[in-house]
Amino acid sequence: MRFLPTAEQREFARTLDGMLGASGTPAVARAWAAGEQKPGRELWARLAATGLFALAVPERYGGSGLLPVELALSFVELGRHAVPGPPAETVAAAAFLERLGEAGAAEVWLPRIAAGEAVVSLCAGGPYALDADAADAVFVIEGGTVRRAEAHGRVQPSLDPTRRLARPLGGGVLAEGPAVTSAAAHAVEIARLVTAAQCLGLGRALLAATVSHVRQRTQFQVAIGSFQAVKHRLADTLIGLEFAQPLVYAAALAVAEGAPSAGREVAAAKVAAGEAGCAAARTALQLHGALGYTDEPDLSLWIRKARPLRDAWGTPADCRARVLAG
Amino acid sequence: MDLDIAPADEAFRAEARDWLAAHVPAVPLPSLETAEGFAAHREWERQLAADRWSVVSWPREHGGRDASLLRWLLFEEEYYAAGAPGRVGQNGIHLLAPTLFEHGTDEQRARVLGPMARGEAVWAQAWSEPESGSDLASLRSTAVRTDGGWLLNGQKTWSSRAAFADRAFGLFRSDPDAARPHQGLSYLMFPLDAPGVTVRPLGRLDGKPAFAELFLDDVFVPDADLIGAPGQGWRVAMSTAGNERGLTLRSPGRFTAAAGRLAALWHEMGGTAGTALGERVADALIGARAYQLFGYAQVSRLGAGGAVGAESSLTKVFWSELDLALHETALDLLGPYGALADGADEAPAHGSWADGYTFSLAGPIYAGTNEIQRDLIAERLLGLPKGRR
Ligand SMILES: Cc1cc2nc3c(=O)[nH]c(=O)nc-3n(C[C@H](O)[C@H](O)[C@H](O)COP(=O)(O)OP(=O)(O)OC[C@H]3O[C@@H](n4cnc5c(N)ncnc54)[C@H](O)[C@@H]3O)c2cc1C
Repeated sequence: MRFLPTAEQREFARTLDGMLGASGTPAVARAWAAGEQKPGRELWARLAATGLFALAVPERYGGSGLLPVELALSFVELGRHAVPGPPAETVAAAAFLERLGEAGAAEVWLPRIAAGEAVVSLCAGGPYALDADAADAVFVIEGGTVRRAEAHGRVQPSLDPTRRLARPLGGGVLAEGPAVTSAAAHAVEIARLVTAAQCLGLGRALLAATVSHVRQRTQFQVAIGSFQAVKHRLADTLIGLEFAQPLVYAAALAVAEGAPSAGREVAAAKVAAGEAGCAAARTALQLHGALGYTDEPDLSLWIRKARPLRDAWGTPADCRARVLAG
Repeated sequence: MDLDIAPADEAFRAEARDWLAAHVPAVPLPSLETAEGFAAHREWERQLAADRWSVVSWPREHGGRDASLLRWLLFEEEYYAAGAPGRVGQNGIHLLAPTLFEHGTDEQRARVLGPMARGEAVWAQAWSEPESGSDLASLRSTAVRTDGGWLLNGQKTWSSRAAFADRAFGLFRSDPDAARPHQGLSYLMFPLDAPGVTVRPLGRLDGKPAFAELFLDDVFVPDADLIGAPGQGWRVAMSTAGNERGLTLRSPGRFTAAAGRLAALWHEMGGTAGTALGERVADALIGARAYQLFGYAQVSRLGAGGAVGAESSLTKVFWSELDLALHETALDLLGPYGALADGADEAPAHGSWADGYTFSLAGPIYAGTNEIQRDLIAERLLGLPKGRR
């Protein structure tokens, strides 16, 4: 047993972190929120060049195999840099198409996903599809059927403007029956896992930004980071994140092994990481004071993401119920 | 990255499980905070030791099995899952022993560890003083040099199980002129029945009488019972404190077992998901699993050459709050039965929750209060400036 990322896994995450750090993700996210997709597509291509999307696609379709652990570690970095767009939905769609056992759609979409040529959104359970206006395909799973939407409704203003929500519309049924249901369950598990990982990364970024802020911001002639009320809030933020992290790793391992406990482990990870990310956002906002409540500084991008990400692909209530079901 | 347990480690786990299944008393022992329970638990320590299960991670020469940290974690999971008794020897085993392994002499290890492992000598921790709790370094009890040893004077308090224990280890001021309060302290061991020691039992919040205060009046301690160098007591003691907060004392198995029992209770009582209580049960399961996995990660880091440092403060706050939340949830689930303490003959099985609850109330206080731990986390792990303390 060695419950630590391997040197290669750490290196991959570091590379991604470095690339994203140099990519000006906040500006990309703001453009994305405004409906301007070019910078986002460029970032998507750079992500694909690291091999990210190939991690969700089996080798026979040009990927490197479904690698949940590597995916989870990567999505921590995506969350850290507040990457916009539907990368979680795209990898979940890939998992869905592969599992469905319908060669047609898989042959069309999986090689393109692996290569970063396709932005694919997936809608299962909720009324809205994420980034339907930017996606090359939107798959909609509903009551044992799957269809590819033909259009979408008006983009609704959303709590996190970088998450563009619209109703998927139309499209004939592509497949139905138990195969759809089981592939959908698998896809939701992947989406939930990588969303949990994003929450963790988002929380880490918020904590780091807040620590550096409270070290340099002074009031009453001292750094506000020397006040105990401030320290304790940050200590609790760190505790939340530190104990969510092993849950995310273990969930990824369980998915990778197809363990019977995977559903429960993923749900547990999502609760812990979602709540830790949200708590980190509240702490960041509080300790930045009015500056945190101001749109202009990029911190606002992270703060606004926390709550919608916590609820995406399984609210805490849904996930807790899943944990209790055993 | 993997969580795979090697076959040899699984075999070790299975051996522990089998032994526990054959030996764990069918009827729970009386509380180890009472005279009767203390004796029964001492006998249990002896049984554990007879088959080398009392200190599995120690070297064989001192009664252990040379088990890796991972095996120790697996053993603890089995131990608590089997509902085995609490460990009356824990202060010695988890606090003094690691200190002796690190700072003691061969002679001290040879003399102290065997009887400790067999429950023949049960140790109490004598750190706190009436005026020195969180600010432990302000302590005033003294150790003064004398022929062949030291004379101890002063008062120690809140010493767990000292009312019935045999020996104690503690910090004393040996150089009153040292520049800083943390300097000039020495770490010494002494018998609780030595001339000059008065032990006065103190009732705890649950009324159990094993807590005690100690009055020391010219108690002689030979040089052989000084741990580390004179004046180095703080450094020696702090290596122990990491153990108290971190891995050893609060092993994950305790919480995974308790969370499992809580979930069973919830199912038994026909609980429904989506209710506030159901959510709290789920959170207990999630928290216990997180703590267990954090333990595996910690063991992996140690195996890769890391050390337990300030992160023991993370675990301290986490397990103490988890323990409290878990027991509060159990009492809420039990409704009117939640008010029955152990020993009540109605719904006797429920009394153990009340007992666990009362004990969990102390978690955020002992082993360094959670306020102090949060300061340490902020300063040592997050690098925030030191404030007034
Ligand atoms: C069940 C139990 C068992 C124990 N067993 C032992 C034992 O075996 N041996 C032993 O030596 N001791 C033992 N103790 C004592 C324990 O170590 C002390 O209680 C602990 O160190 C806290 O000290 P105190 O109780 O004096 O609280 P105080 O230090 O007086 O603190 C009271 C409150 O003020 C807060 N506070 C103090 N300073 C600060 C600060 N700088 N910033 C923020 N808040 C602060 C504390 O967090 C706490 O909430 C035990 C205690 C309990 C409850």
